Amino acid sequence: MRIKKNIAISESGFIFNPAVGDSYSTNPIGTEIIKMLKESKSVAEINSYILNTYQVEASSFEKDLYDFVKMLEKYKLTETDGQEA
Amino acid sequence: MAKKLNIAVTGLNAIDSPGPGIPVIRALKDSKEFDVRIIGLSYETLEPGIYMHDLVDKTYQIPLPSGGQDILLQRLAYINEQEDIDVLIPNFDAELFSFIKLEDYLKKSMGIHMCLPTIDQYEQRHKVNLNEFGDKHGIKVPKSKMIFSTAEINGLMDEFSYPMVIKGKFYEAAVAYNYEQAATHFNKISAKWGLPIIVQEFVYGTEVNVTAIGDGKGTTIGAVPMRKLYITDKGKAWAGITLDDQNLMDLTTNMIGSSKWRGGLELEFMKTKDDEYYLMEINPRFPAWVYLAVGAGQNHPEALVKMALGEDVTPFKDYEVGKLFIRYAYDMIVDLKEFEQISTLGEL
Repeated sequence: MRIKKNIAISESGFIFNPAVGDSYSTNPIGTEIIKMLKESKSVAEINSYILNTYQVEASSFEKDLYDFVKMLEKYKLTETDGQEA
Repeated sequence: MAKKLNIAVTGLNAIDSPGPGIPVIRALKDSKEFDVRIIGLSYETLEPGIYMHDLVDKTYQIPLPSGGQDILLQRLAYINEQEDIDVLIPNFDAELFSFIKLEDYLKKSMGIHMCLPTIDQYEQRHKVNLNEFGDKHGIKVPKSKMIFSTAEINGLMDEFSYPMVIKGKFYEAAVAYNYEQAATHFNKISAKWGLPIIVQEFVYGTEVNVTAIGDGKGTTIGAVPMRKLYITDKGKAWAGITLDDQNLMDLTTNMIGSSKWRGGLELEFMKTKDDEYYLMEINPRFPAWVYLAVGAGQNHPEALVKMALGEDVTPFKDYEVGKLFIRYAYDMIVDLKEFEQISTLGEL
């Protein structure tokens, strides 16, 4: 799973989906996660990167990451192999 | 050097349900190729464009479409004597029939050029014929039916279910969730716009629109898709954003290609959650948000003027995605003298 190629993400965490005109904003950690997803990093890789980089409790972050990724899917910001727009 | 042109424009009603006249004029004023003098053509004395002297150089009242073509022709002959009009851009659905009928005559006898759809195109895209139009050009259209009386509503229950959309033949639409609402909307809309009323299947989704221009030979000169971000209680866009939607662009170019549409148009689609597109309406003229296309890099009104004058127009290749328009309301202060002049003399 990765972020669709056409999704624009700014440094400030502003996300724009040009196909439907929707826009969102996220905090710096959200921006970092989205950028890693855009680079085709797996959710497991992102999870371990964040846990190694920031002081955060593993169980609560894992749940937050899962929720965040589900939200990205719900907003149709992600795609999987064979699903490219 | 910019070519000097006198261009007459209708649709000066820059109100909460705006006509496209003012954005069309702004687009023409932005043109680097033309130096335009704008002749406003108005129907009512409180159309704001009449008093917007930075955009409209002179305004003349013209008779309502219900007055017929003869009286319109007489008035245009008088206006042309004063202003020597090069191009006329009608912007209302209801007036288009008369102008299409007069297009050849106005060109030959008065030198007034227009670029309008043919009468067949105008009729085929009419709300009452939209299903047939969709079948012909391979576009999905919600099921719809014409009715002439509220007594017909209950008889439609074999084919339709609530909610359904009750639409006027020219303007206005409302969603009805039961018979009482359907009958109320029928009476309200038919009192304003006449019969028939169109009953249409309700399609859930997101409204996406395209402003476009065709050359009459099947080529799309320009097309810009937009999603409404803020919708007024009259269903009008108060803010919108340009989209990167190849499916929508393909539907537009295919439709213009197969219908050989001539002139400006607006396509209104409903995009369902399964990414299916239903054509809701075709407006046979530019929409009131056409200035967004100019802002995104495609000056459709300028291209229309060139086409009207018989010049070759190169199709636009791209536009800027993610460009927004945000409409605003503005109170002008107008001297009673000006209101008196347009009211009594019919020109200002």
